[in-house]
Amino acid sequence: MPEAGNSVIIEDLVKRFGDFVAVDHINLEVRKGEVFGFLGPNGAGKSTTIRMLCGLLRPTSGGARVAGFDVSREPESVRQNIGYMSQKFSLYNDLTVMENIRLFAGLYSVPANLLKERIEWALEMANLKGREHLITATLPGGWKQRLALGCAVLHRPPVIFLDEPTSGVDPISRRQFWDLIHLMAEKGVTVFVTTHYMEEAEYCNRLALISRGTVAALGTPSELKRKSMKGELLLVECEPLGQAVEILQSAPDVIDAAVFGSALHLVVRDATAAIPRVRKYLSDHNVTVALVDKINPTLEDVFVSLTSTPGSAKEWKA
Amino acid sequence: MSFTRFLAVARKEVVHILRDTRGLIIVLIMPVVLVLLFGYGVNLDFKGLPVYVYDRDGSQRSQDLLKRFQASEYFDVVRVVGDYSALTRSLDDGHAKMGIVIPWDFSQRLSDGRPVQVQALVDGTDDNTANVLIGYALAVVQGYSSDAQLVWLRNRGQLVQPALVSVQARTWYNEDLESSAFIVPGVLALVMSVIGAFLTSLTIAREWERGTMEQLISTPVTPVEIMLGKLAPYFAIGMFDVIVCALIAIYWFQVPFRGSFTTLLCASAMFLVVVLSLGFFISVIAKSQLAASQVSLIITFLPAFLLSGFLFPIEQMPAVLQWITRIIPARYYVSVLKKIFLKGTPTTLLYTDLAPLALFALVLALLATASFHKRLG
Repeated sequence: MPEAGNSVIIEDLVKRFGDFVAVDHINLEVRKGEVFGFLGPNGAGKSTTIRMLCGLLRPTSGGARVAGFDVSREPESVRQNIGYMSQKFSLYNDLTVMENIRLFAGLYSVPANLLKERIEWALEMANLKGREHLITATLPGGWKQRLALGCAVLHRPPVIFLDEPTSGVDPISRRQFWDLIHLMAEKGVTVFVTTHYMEEAEYCNRLALISRGTVAALGTPSELKRKSMKGELLLVECEPLGQAVEILQSAPDVIDAAVFGSALHLVVRDATAAIPRVRKYLSDHNVTVALVDKINPTLEDVFVSLTSTPGSAKEWKA
Repeated sequence: MSFTRFLAVARKEVVHILRDTRGLIIVLIMPVVLVLLFGYGVNLDFKGLPVYVYDRDGSQRSQDLLKRFQASEYFDVVRVVGDYSALTRSLDDGHAKMGIVIPWDFSQRLSDGRPVQVQALVDGTDDNTANVLIGYALAVVQGYSSDAQLVWLRNRGQLVQPALVSVQARTWYNEDLESSAFIVPGVLALVMSVIGAFLTSLTIAREWERGTMEQLISTPVTPVEIMLGKLAPYFAIGMFDVIVCALIAIYWFQVPFRGSFTTLLCASAMFLVVVLSLGFFISVIAKSQLAASQVSLIITFLPAFLLSGFLFPIEQMPAVLQWITRIIPARYYVSVLKKIFLKGTPTTLLYTDLAPLALFALVLALLATASFHKRLG
């Protein structure tokens, strides 16, 4: 049984591949019924972590408990209590929708007396009723993802792991998919989901920002936006943009500068003090300034500020 | 071991096989094609080999000798040429395998009771055929020679004593000396190797390649259930193909079947376990379809073809190769096949072959089981 309401407990988890440290001493606790997001760029160690939690990879050191079971010592008990959707779509393309569902019902040993009801439920949830006999390969991406989710939860696991479930899926299907995730969370299922879409991260109850195998920050999306910036954020609209970025990298108050669409985002220590100085600095360097204003950071700002070392943009520019 | 999970994997595998046209063709057509190909195509019999003759004598006696060649089923005197160069040409362009030159004083010398030599020019490109040809030619000429000797002696009123020692040869097992009877039973070993190792190595490597293995092993299914579930349909196909091939051999090629059908099925089942385990093991190690298929062909099909005694008798191999064949499971299976089909050897006398086969089956099955873990990387 989950201990003290925690479905997933990760303690000092480490995974090395040769010299490369993919997961570097991660500690986390995920509560029952929580939608927990694992946000980070490709190669940050998200999939490696999730694979260790599903018992697919052996941790180098440290450990984790999932649904009350130790992932290293009781991997089979873990597997009976989780649903897993791997990053790549990995149902059988040459099987029909129904054949895939029946396969996984068999693999999860769904009892015969519940089989019919569970299959109905999965079809309904995935919105695939009446399409049971279509060959899976012919389904659009969004449908495939819903089918994969349906197959992964046929045994009603208390914890589900979704590794970038919506990559390559259109925005509407993505939205529908997240509705499904929340539906399950409402019923007490713990959902552990990785993503590199910032807007998706907003749907999570709590988030861990992952960078180079470590947890860079942890909290609800709004907590992260409020507390995790190393400074305050300014929006600068000016002309020409490219030149301005270069100049501002070396400006006295600026911790970091980056282009965001048609404007610049500046990280500064004190917004009120910095605004007039940034204006003056830019004008002195022949940049036409339209607007300098303090704004609330997005998750992306938080992420960039946490994961980039100050001045790295400068080096990149050079 | 959960039967539900085993069944789920096996059922899925059957659907894969049924949906894959190419796979189905290999499974159903290939065994028949192989049996027909080897039954008809590979002919080790030397019958009706073309012979050209340059008869410089042109006498009744030289005609008698040539008739003896013609009467032998091994030779076919295609043409009598008028000069030596035509004979050489027929060997050069391959119209003849052998040229016979009868000297101008052939009948004269025989009448005088003097020895005479007949020249035989043999195409030695294929040394085996050449050796056989020379042997047959010697036999024909010796027969003629001893008859001629008898006539010569009798004409001079001398007492004629028939040969004191002669060989009375009777061929057992393959009475008609049909090479199809020697070859066709062994084709079963080839078919099993392809079905067993080649196809299974593809099906498991495919799961790794397409990423479906990751989803599969994230479920509670155990490695043994995956292995048995995946191999069971191929085992059934293999046994089906054994029966089809055996029926073609018996009813189409008229290969005698004198042993026990049950023993045939048991030996085939053991050999199938050997090749299925090998195929599984290879695909676990290789993890790519291309590598797995190539390695499985090299490890199972080639030895079954070359080193099993299927086509090339093991006793005629160099000592080192003979020793190597001992670790080729196909060797024991082919041996059992030939004994069951042609000799009808009782099962109790087959243990020298069945015991090693069973040992290989056991060891390789354990190896395959141990090789597969539910871990990535």
